[in-house]
Amino acid sequence: MADQVTNDVTGQQAETATAQAPLKPAVAQISPAPLPRKPKQDRPPEGDPGIWRLSRRNLLTLAGWLGFFGFIIVSTIGSLRYMFPRVLFEPPMKFKAGSPNDFTIGEVSERFKDEKRVWIVREREGFYALISICTHLGCTPRWLPSDNKFKCPCHGSGFYKTGMNFEGPAPRPLERAFVGIADDGQLEVDRSTKFLYEKNEWGKPGSFLKYTG
Amino acid sequence: MFDQLKKTEVYKSIFRHSYQDTQRNRALQIVDNVFLHLHPVRVPRHAANLGYTWGMGGITFLLFLILTITGVILMFYYRPTAQYAYEDMKYLMNDVPFGPLMRNMHRWAAHAMVLTVMLHMFRVFLTGSYKPPRQFNWVVGVILLVLTLLLSFSGYLLPWDQLSIWAVTVGTNMARATPLLGHEGPLGAELGMRIDNDVRFVLLGGTEVGPPTLLRFYVGHCIFLPLIAVIFMAVHFWRVRKDGGISGPEAGKKA
Repeated sequence: MADQVTNDVTGQQAETATAQAPLKPAVAQISPAPLPRKPKQDRPPEGDPGIWRLSRRNLLTLAGWLGFFGFIIVSTIGSLRYMFPRVLFEPPMKFKAGSPNDFTIGEVSERFKDEKRVWIVREREGFYALISICTHLGCTPRWLPSDNKFKCPCHGSGFYKTGMNFEGPAPRPLERAFVGIADDGQLEVDRSTKFLYEKNEWGKPGSFLKYTG
Repeated sequence: MFDQLKKTEVYKSIFRHSYQDTQRNRALQIVDNVFLHLHPVRVPRHAANLGYTWGMGGITFLLFLILTITGVILMFYYRPTAQYAYEDMKYLMNDVPFGPLMRNMHRWAAHAMVLTVMLHMFRVFLTGSYKPPRQFNWVVGVILLVLTLLLSFSGYLLPWDQLSIWAVTVGTNMARATPLLGHEGPLGAELGMRIDNDVRFVLLGGTEVGPPTLLRFYVGHCIFLPLIAVIFMAVHFWRVRKDGGISGPEAGKKA
């Protein structure tokens, strides 16, 4: 069976080749003469796509490659997106810090340092919240009440109570977080809103909460 | 444009012969095969001269094997979750028979490997062994150096103690300043990078070092990075064979 098929194909190719060869100059000179009809068969002759622009083989090749690259591209995008989780199991950026009257004037509260990484400072005029992330390389500094400064244990950066850097490698002051009064009268801190000294944002509303109660 | 790309030195050093189906290319496919060149066919006399090569590449490979074996052994007791990681490390160090030996072998071999990789690179530089035809292998070597450092760094987090957590916090904070891909880097914010979608976020699996970070570093340390390193090491050894064997004084004279 297989032998017959291959014989057919080769025989047909030879036939068309001999039939077309002498006709060629004539085609070039005069208007295109109709080619001699090929014998009818149950499948289109080799190399003749019929009404289709693409041959069956080329279409299947194209479909195969498109499928292959489509799969590769989609699965690459998928696995890249896979690395960005939708839900984070991290402490919320916005939290309530209790009643403003719980804080004593002139004191730096370290109550929220471990969990939220924020110091809340109570001054005579009001509150501000400093983010307890060293601006050098991200360690957590310590508040030293006796020296009246923040000191980072990693590389020795020092900050005044206001958050201004004055010693060690830290290149800029500590960042301040939004602080306000919630509806229920509690102090509210939002770490996702930051105020940077070097951008002149320490005077903006939210960076300092006026409170003299 | 593709033809021009094919003429560049980089393209030619990665794809050594054309794709065309000729007798010569068929032969080259076998003769250039990576797997046939991991081990040398013959050892030239100068290869045994430690004063020239220092044997640092071979020692690095030996250390890699030690690290693979002791690493797999450690995996039998270590669980990469925030709840257990530190406890399992303590358990390995105090109660598992030969646990301290295995962990310390892993630890010291890791330290030594960083050292030997650097000494190897230093020797290659001193003897000029990065020059043609070995320039492609130098590039592969640089990639291997980076992979070694990444393996070392990712393994540093796994004990899950204060030292490792803060070291990785500091180390990954550098990724904030990555150009284009970091939210504090040049053009990062302009491209829409935030703390919860930049390159550091992918490394940590969160906005700060936490349990997802431990898991990511563990998978990277045990599977992803060693796999990539093995592939590049195979290519590295293959290029040594194809570029004239282990470099020595004679090879230098010929070139």
